[in-house]
Amino acid sequence: MSDQELRRQHVAWPGNAVEVRSVIKTFNAGTPKQVDALVDIDLTVESGEFVSLIGPSGCGKSTLLRLIANLTEPTAGSIVVNGKPARQARVDQDYGMAFQQAGLFDWRTVVRNVELPLELKSWDRARRRARAMEMLELVKLDEFAGHRPWQLSGGMQQRVAIARALAAAPELLLMDEPFGALDEMTREHMQAELLRITAEAGTSVVFVTHSIPEAVFLADRVVVMSPRPGRITELVSVELGDPRNTDTREDPLFFKKVTEVREALRGIGAKSADELLIEGVAEER
Amino acid sequence: MTFRHVISTVWPPVLFGVAFLVAWELAVAAFDWQEYFLPAPSVIWQAFVDNSDIVREAAIVSGQNALVGLVVGTVLGVAMSFLLMRFRLLNDMVSPLAVALNAIPIVVLVAIFNNQFATTSEVPRRLMVTLIVYFVVLVNVAKGLRQVDATHLELLHSYAASPFDVLRKARVPNAVPYFFTALRVAAPLAVITAFVAEYFGGPQNGLGSRITATVSGSRATMWAYVLAAMLLGLLFYLVSIALESLTTQHRGASPKGDNT
Amino acid sequence: MRKAVLFLVALALVAAVWELYKSLGPEAGGEVLGWKIMPRTNRNAMPHVWDMTTRLFDPERRASGRAIWRVVLAGVWYSLRLAVLGLAVGATVGVLLAVLMARFGVVRRGLLPYLVVSQTVPLIALAPLVASWGGRLQPFGWEWPKWLSVVVLGAFLAFFPVSVGTLRGLEATPATSLELMRSYAATWGETLRKVRLPAAVPYIVPALRLAAAAAVVGVVVAEISTGQRGGIGRLVIEYGRTSSADPERLFTAVFGAAVLGLLMALLIAGMDWFVMRGRQRVEEYS
Repeated sequence: MSDQELRRQHVAWPGNAVEVRSVIKTFNAGTPKQVDALVDIDLTVESGEFVSLIGPSGCGKSTLLRLIANLTEPTAGSIVVNGKPARQARVDQDYGMAFQQAGLFDWRTVVRNVELPLELKSWDRARRRARAMEMLELVKLDEFAGHRPWQLSGGMQQRVAIARALAAAPELLLMDEPFGALDEMTREHMQAELLRITAEAGTSVVFVTHSIPEAVFLADRVVVMSPRPGRITELVSVELGDPRNTDTREDPLFFKKVTEVREALRGIGAKSADELLIEGVAEER
Repeated sequence: MTFRHVISTVWPPVLFGVAFLVAWELAVAAFDWQEYFLPAPSVIWQAFVDNSDIVREAAIVSGQNALVGLVVGTVLGVAMSFLLMRFRLLNDMVSPLAVALNAIPIVVLVAIFNNQFATTSEVPRRLMVTLIVYFVVLVNVAKGLRQVDATHLELLHSYAASPFDVLRKARVPNAVPYFFTALRVAAPLAVITAFVAEYFGGPQNGLGSRITATVSGSRATMWAYVLAAMLLGLLFYLVSIALESLTTQHRGASPKGDNT
Repeated sequence: MRKAVLFLVALALVAAVWELYKSLGPEAGGEVLGWKIMPRTNRNAMPHVWDMTTRLFDPERRASGRAIWRVVLAGVWYSLRLAVLGLAVGATVGVLLAVLMARFGVVRRGLLPYLVVSQTVPLIALAPLVASWGGRLQPFGWEWPKWLSVVVLGAFLAFFPVSVGTLRGLEATPATSLELMRSYAATWGETLRKVRLPAAVPYIVPALRLAAAAAVVGVVVAEISTGQRGGIGRLVIEYGRTSSADPERLFTAVFGAAVLGLLMALLIAGMDWFVMRGRQRVEEYS
């Protein structure tokens, strides 16, 4: 069953995939250990859009992703996913998520790992297996269906994790530095694959990374964030056109956008990650 | 550890314990249980107090047996683990033997020991406790000495460190948590073994034999001895924990060995 | 292969040391630095290793009865079944308790100390208690058989290592997997079935190994304290009591106890292999 067929079974939300309004997230409020992770966050992800979140450590990009995923609740503000409150979206399984560790279960074969979200939706065995194999074909790992996760390389495991995240044909994909542990060549390959897969299905994606080239290559828009407290400093549109491939990486426009993002990260008046680190150390003394 | 933290760790077991005792006391009254079936906690406590002299004497006998076995077994276990670390051939011979002996109820050996020593000797019991403690300590400390982080070993190798240096600087510190894990298991085990060893014959002056003696007589007194036995076991356990907290600073590492 | 050979060499060395001490050691036992810790070496205390082994093939009572090895083997078989049953019951209870403690932090903090303390209760006190409780419960007029008390006591010693090991396994589930399940809005029960329990299996298996040995000890001691006939515990006591007349026989019973333990260990090893096929092992906790 293709994604389109699956989607037809429930009415797709015509509006924005994600709407984040005036969100504030504070940890340990009122104690000396208070951390203002996010402040004044407004973000809209349009349907079918690919958005990268980038920023130095501590800027709250992962926290923002987890707020959208409803793995944590905002201190103030609202988050609407697919036209519903984030919590409802999670309960309704409107998104698929991929983490930095593939997080596959080593007691299950590859195909059974991909079937996991479908089991929780009580699909019957035949339907599950068919869909899981379809997903594995999509990530070009169908030959390894009967293998165990530890028999696969890191990159392959992440592909399985992506297949799993897409198994239920979600309209939204949330990814937290999924390629962080991979080597550069595998990474570039995976980026191209991800774009191919999500373009085919029209999936909206929110992708957290701390690699500038990755952020630019993948996204329609790059959201640049700064730490202490975490806020969005700039939005960089990337009109590189589709499809993107290795040629894109050598396009002068690509370099221009990368430089634009880098400069946004350095910021005019805002400090670089290194400077912040030195400041932080000085403060501790 | 904050005060709040201490309270939150302590109240559940205290609450459970008190609730259990109260329920027990009430049940005995409500269902009119006979003493031979299950006496009430208050009756047991009374028997405990009434017989406190004999209880104490018996506890001391068993406690001494357990303590001697614990100390000797620990020393021998640690010494042997060092030897096994050093001599691979010895290790290969002893390990399968140790694994096999771990699976066997070696407590039955007391029957043999009783024939090898005078009938009034406490040595068979102490020997038994020593053996059991020895194996627990040996297995855990040997693992601690062996399973050192490969990166640490490579680092020392790059410093051209001798095997003795490696032992001192990497293996022994690594083994310390394993040692205390072993001690935590071995201490109450020593006490229990001291009791069980008494069932096989020999002088009938410890808590184990007192319990056997009173089983057919006054059940309340038997339970009083059981209470003493549990307290003795608890005492050994707490002392081993105290020793651990006194001698090691807090380590961030994950728990090693069999935790209780 | 080398290991097997070395194991046999080790056994031979033990026998050699035994005989060496027997020939050199003091007949009536001796002292080391004032402590009487040297065992006696007469036939009563230390029969020859060869005599012990040949005794296996002689009849039970010097002149009559079946060969000892048959009697001992029958005892082993009897106790083995009780130990397996005790292990099964104890393991089930242990896992259930661990799940309960993993689910409710209050239960964990409240109950765990008592579980630890419960292991210090001497079996010998529990045996008559369990027997008399069994006598009380007589559903539909069915009588509580004595061997069931033995099984209960075996289970009592077995449940503790299983519950501690399972609890540790349940709490060692990787955080990523738990977050994944949360992102699926899975219930606690679904997470338990699909993630926590399977992830805990590498911890449960070594715990079962400990529990199997504990069940054996529990069954043997319980047989002694309840006077249960037919098992190896009874044989050890009986042959121990008559060992002045027939010292080698006691050793045959001890060999039997050893075989009992080894058979249980073999059983667990088989289960280990079966359950852990295709899985990676976790560091073992012994």
